[in-house]
Amino acid sequence: MSALAYAIGDTAVVAKRNLLRIPRQPDLWVSFTIQPLMFVLLFVYVFGGAISTPGYDDYTDFLMPGIIAQTMAFGGFVTAIGLSDDLSKGLIDRFRSLPMARSAVLAGRTFADVATNIVSLTVMVVVGLLVGFNFSSSAPEVVAGFALLLLFGYAFSWVFAYVALISGSAEGANALGFMVIFPLTFASSAFVPPESMPPAIEAFSNANPFSTVVDATRALFLGTPAGNDVWAAVAWCVGLIAVFGALSVHKYRRAVSS
Amino acid sequence: MGDAAIEVQGLTKSFGDVRALDGIDLRAPAGTILGLLGPNGAGKTTAVRILTTLLPPDGGSAHVAGLDVVRDAAALRAQIGLAGQYAAVDENLTGFENLEMVGRLYHLGMRPARERSRELLERFSLTDAADRLAKTYSGGMRRRLDLAAALVARPPVLFLDEPTTGLDPRSRLQLWETIEARVAAGTTVLLTTQYLDEADRLADHIAVIDHGQVIAEGTSDELKSRVGGERLEVTLQSYDQEPAAIEALAPLADERPKCEHGILVMPLARERGGIAEAVRRLDGAQVRISDIAVRRPTLDDVFIVLTGHAAEHEKKGQEEEQREEEAA
Repeated sequence: MSALAYAIGDTAVVAKRNLLRIPRQPDLWVSFTIQPLMFVLLFVYVFGGAISTPGYDDYTDFLMPGIIAQTMAFGGFVTAIGLSDDLSKGLIDRFRSLPMARSAVLAGRTFADVATNIVSLTVMVVVGLLVGFNFSSSAPEVVAGFALLLLFGYAFSWVFAYVALISGSAEGANALGFMVIFPLTFASSAFVPPESMPPAIEAFSNANPFSTVVDATRALFLGTPAGNDVWAAVAWCVGLIAVFGALSVHKYRRAVSS
Repeated sequence: MGDAAIEVQGLTKSFGDVRALDGIDLRAPAGTILGLLGPNGAGKTTAVRILTTLLPPDGGSAHVAGLDVVRDAAALRAQIGLAGQYAAVDENLTGFENLEMVGRLYHLGMRPARERSRELLERFSLTDAADRLAKTYSGGMRRRLDLAAALVARPPVLFLDEPTTGLDPRSRLQLWETIEARVAAGTTVLLTTQYLDEADRLADHIAVIDHGQVIAEGTSDELKSRVGGERLEVTLQSYDQEPAAIEALAPLADERPKCEHGILVMPLARERGGIAEAVRRLDGAQVRISDIAVRRPTLDDVFIVLTGHAAEHEKKGQEEEQREEEAA
């Protein structure tokens, strides 16, 4: 078999391992089902009334694409925590002593996140519909929106894989992960229109890839004008995967448990 | 490389200012057990990590199964099995799933991986627990599963890094028997341990490591003969009689007997009458004793003589998760 065939086979074995683990870790379900649900209820019913979103029918329509994108990004925490755990328990040592593809542990890990992200996405869409969200675009656009969100989640799994590999402990990965994800998600167009922010933060928000993905998802879900947002969002995702994939595999080769 | 399964020359490795390995040489002929004995932080784990390709060496050379650990790392990984200091199994997989995964990652193919997993679970008395999650296993069961994982691909060279640390005596004995059976079948084993009895029982050849250097090596008997012959140990009933006991026994040895806490220790020269003469003399001097025995040197004695400190004092910190050294 060729090296590529081995790499694919090894990735499938590791992905299967991680998928088998999901139903056995009920504490993790909280993070990708109940937590996002809480965010929706908080923003729709607590903050929503105080945030004005000109150009949108109501705040729920504005909010849902943003909060789903945030949930997808948070999905990467499953990778961060899982990898940190594997590092501290010596499993990474075992994997690295096996004649398997060097990329497979990470690729299998991030691939399994897509499954949990599909569950999160389903929960969020159902909740969104219950609190009054309306898809006002064509079916193919909605499907494209789902695909973009899953791609974005996959990209963040690689970001979090790198976070886990450089932090060395689950607690460290958790802290570093939040430091990355909170500014990115909140200083963006996800929850409030950037025009309402001070100029410096508005500029940050406009340059923030998170805003690009949220704007593209809004366009795909609500039929608002997209401009170049969709392609820019895809490019951001592919770029993140390429950069953090390479960084992570490089770091993994030298990974040491401490 | 001759027929050596493990051949190490002048291996060095530093972490910052700490010289973890300061030029060690090791050699294990195929089908033998090489014991690496030393206290925590001596460099044992660093040596294992280099030999299993987990860590690049700074200098020197190391070959395993004829393959260079740096240049031939990828090919080498197919020839080795590693069982760690703490059991590296996935707690959220069953015993069977763990072994099957490792078998697939050794590229055994799906059916052979499954068959081999069942066979190993059977051999390690884990068949009943095969479909239980590993997190429900006892410490001994996890160690056995970990060792089984290292054996899935029947690797010719096995690295066991403190395989019995933290195990109860019965599990230890079982693990020893398993290791001996593998070696009888032709496997070469590098075993690190801080238990002297473990090295004594298992290792054909022992290298004592301290501060990143091999400070002594040989068979267990060779090492013991280096610390001298038999010794007489007498336990007195009363501390008051220490001087009397010393006077009574002094003519039996070139070296003056030492006495501490009511226990007298001296080299034993058989040509001067041995233990029988000692008893007669103590009796003649009316020294009352509660015990008298001839002690042959143990590896503990070897260790104390060679390193100036006991291996025993490390035993307090034997928590399962404990790592030998921090790898930067």
